[in-house]
Amino acid sequence: MNIVVVGCGKIGAAIIENLIAEGHDVVAVDHNEQVVNDICTVYDAIGVTGNATDCNTLTEVGAANTDLFVAVTGSDEFNMLSCFLAKKMGAANTIARIRNPEYNDQSLGFLRQHLNISMSINPELLLAHELFNTLKFPSAVKIETFAHRNLEMVEFLLRAESDLCGLSLVDMRKKYNANFLVCAVSREGEVYIPSGDFVLNEGDKICIISSPAELNKLFKTLVPTRRQVKDIMIAGAGKTSYYLAKMLLAAGNSVKIIDNNKERCEELCEALKGAVIIHGDPANEEILLEEGISSADAFVALTNIDEENILLSFFASSHNVLKVVSNVNRRAFASVAEKLGLDSIFSPKKIVADVFVRYARALQNSLGSKVERLYKIMDGRAEALEFIIKSENELTGVPIKTLKFKNNVLIAGIIRKRKPIIPSGDDVIMPGDHVVILAAGHRINDITDIIK
Amino acid sequence: MNRKMVLSTIGKILILEAILMLLPVITCIIYSEFGPLVAFLKSIAIAILLGGGLVALNRTKHQVIYAKEGFAIVGLAWIMLSVIGCLPFVLSGEIPSFIDAFFETVSGFTTTGASVVTNVEELSHGILFWRSFTHWVGGMGVLVFIMALIPKLSDRAIHIMRAEMPGPVVDKVLPRIKSTAKTLYLIYVVLTAVLTLFLIAGGMPVFESILHAFGTAGTGGFGVKSNSFAGYSPYLQWVTAIGMLCFGINFNIYFLILIKKIKSVFKSQELFVYLGIVLLSVASIALNILPQYSNFNDALRHAGFQVASVISTTGYVTTDFNLWPTFSKVILLTLMVIGGCAGSTAGGLKVSRVVLLFKNIIKEFKKLLHPHSVNIIKSDGKQLNTSVIHGVSAYFAIYFFCFVGLFILISLDKYSIETNLSAVAACFNNIGPGLADVGPTSSYAGYSVFSKLLLSFAMLLGRLEIFPLLIAVSPSVWFKK
Repeated sequence: MNIVVVGCGKIGAAIIENLIAEGHDVVAVDHNEQVVNDICTVYDAIGVTGNATDCNTLTEVGAANTDLFVAVTGSDEFNMLSCFLAKKMGAANTIARIRNPEYNDQSLGFLRQHLNISMSINPELLLAHELFNTLKFPSAVKIETFAHRNLEMVEFLLRAESDLCGLSLVDMRKKYNANFLVCAVSREGEVYIPSGDFVLNEGDKICIISSPAELNKLFKTLVPTRRQVKDIMIAGAGKTSYYLAKMLLAAGNSVKIIDNNKERCEELCEALKGAVIIHGDPANEEILLEEGISSADAFVALTNIDEENILLSFFASSHNVLKVVSNVNRRAFASVAEKLGLDSIFSPKKIVADVFVRYARALQNSLGSKVERLYKIMDGRAEALEFIIKSENELTGVPIKTLKFKNNVLIAGIIRKRKPIIPSGDDVIMPGDHVVILAAGHRINDITDIIK
Repeated sequence: MNRKMVLSTIGKILILEAILMLLPVITCIIYSEFGPLVAFLKSIAIAILLGGGLVALNRTKHQVIYAKEGFAIVGLAWIMLSVIGCLPFVLSGEIPSFIDAFFETVSGFTTTGASVVTNVEELSHGILFWRSFTHWVGGMGVLVFIMALIPKLSDRAIHIMRAEMPGPVVDKVLPRIKSTAKTLYLIYVVLTAVLTLFLIAGGMPVFESILHAFGTAGTGGFGVKSNSFAGYSPYLQWVTAIGMLCFGINFNIYFLILIKKIKSVFKSQELFVYLGIVLLSVASIALNILPQYSNFNDALRHAGFQVASVISTTGYVTTDFNLWPTFSKVILLTLMVIGGCAGSTAGGLKVSRVVLLFKNIIKEFKKLLHPHSVNIIKSDGKQLNTSVIHGVSAYFAIYFFCFVGLFILISLDKYSIETNLSAVAACFNNIGPGLADVGPTSSYAGYSVFSKLLLSFAMLLGRLEIFPLLIAVSPSVWFKK
């Protein structure tokens, strides 16, 4: 597909990288020539320097013939105008980054409808959702949900003290007597889709998929000491902090936000009822101790600076905070911090990229079974995808064990009428089902791509 | 330095060269020439062994390349390509000396067309085909060819493209490098085919038409006759002259025509300056040489052909321009240095650089007169980044220094200043024939081994626009981390 991406910042670059890896032709637009040059050197895209609300620039990038027009600059209004114009010129689909909370309430639907925007994207809100899910499940590194939360996939790291080390998957199932599936294991940079005799080791990152209730049961026996997170401290008062705090408060938690921008603190104080807002430098040890970091259940580092987030997270870990989550944008930093022992590291970049990859694949395959959800897991080496089976095809109506699958592909779950099924060889896929697929090293556009 | 990635890419290029040698093999079979056939088969075996070995020994997961690797790949690839490419000449015994054969092959790949062969008519068809085919392959670039074929070379393959494509800035016409490379080659193939048909229509034998189309398309200059184009009809001479001019134009122009953006074509300043230079030179030379020819038509035709041949850096001739007045010869020498447009198959300094240098001079003048004035340089209606202008100035400086250095070293040989100066200009700018003793009617055979190597180096420098080759041969790139 022909895709135009306006705005080549962190988010823009992540989108461009992923869309090119998907095989699309990308035109990158930014008003800063240097940024465009850098993007074109690193990625196989064509660059245009200019103002993307200007008719000439839009003509030059060929907005009239694009399949997807994406505007992700820092300004919501610019993105909206740019998408509106592109749509008028003939772009088939438009996506605008709209992240201001004022536009993200009831007015969002109105805006989208009247500006003809196919999808709006709010990285901060997406990140807040992801953080919220993780905080609910403190023992997991990351958690992804499928089919309206009827199926959840939990990614976590096996530490030396874990009971699972040295256990084969068959034994694990016998021992815990719960309905779950270990669907992927990442070991030393390689991703495996394990079979029953696969033996787990210390240091493995594993993905377990099951219904939320079963997962809760499993984790209670697996890590009995971990308690629920109730008391959360957030460093930094950006948009993500606002969205996250709002969700946490609604779920009945107590939230404390620390930031050293007085005005921003006052704004949040007004917007968030029930949260404690502290005006002070979150990097100041005294303030953190005074505000009781050692008694907090969770600490979320959301300042604008990666380095500060990493160090704050280490500081919180050293004070035995149960769950420490940090936002790190730079990939190199994230992997180093992960090696040093921070397990829950998030980046809006990655979340947004997942959304775009899913959207682009769904566009490409609008006739068959669309990709409903897509998550890149295990550092992007594997993908979990959710499809809805719309009609009869090669997969439906026969037991799964008789199908010939490609290597490194797995049917990880089926949701039929809101009931999750962890599939065994005798289960059958039927039209109307939601099916969750796990794939490593393949690009799955359609559900039928998984068989040979 | 990602040495493994560099070497495995070189390996792939050698394998590609082996595949390309299958075409002369077919020619040998058609003309039942079994001596050259064996030579080609042996060369193919050597290329595949060496290339396959390099690829097999340098498998790596770490495939990222940076600008440094891009330059090194391009520089080294062209040297290796010439070393392997000269094997058929040596093994068949038609150019027995390795140095001579190397000179001939470098001259072929760099689309220079300078020859050490004194009697072209004696060469076999297979060898002649390979000689001209190197022009065609070298014209658009071997690595660009690879990029059009291989599914995914590397994320940052743009570095390779920048190093190989001539001109101050390399524009991709399409978002993907692969599709850009494919489109360029498609335009190239179609234009070559059209030219071949025009030549055949003019009564030229098919084999000669194909070879001359290769030579013209690559702006090379190897032919099949010792007297080049002198023996052909005026129609064929005009067709070839126009052909040469067309291949001296930036290929992006053809792409714009292809996607029907005719308006953008008229915005291209380089194109109009190029055509302006051509018209002016043809007019002044035609008037200058008029007394030597019987009528104005002849003078115009010879002037037009020679100007087209020299500015596009091809090097075909219809007459011995050594006998022309000095004024005409100097104009030709100047055209040698200017060369064709950026993004074409031509060599030389490139018209776009000359235009930018002029604009920069005007800017400096204004600055001297009004020290506080603000001036920007525009190109095709868009403001140019100062780094491009600095790049062009630096390129001009290093071009000049290389020119002088080569001129001093070549002077160790026995020839006159005029011969040496024109030999360096003709090789460095990838034209082919020079003046005096290296003029259209003679060859480079008389130069010493040292001079031939030096001129081979000059041709590679000129084709790759200096930097890639210098970087590829500088030890610090390879050994310092």
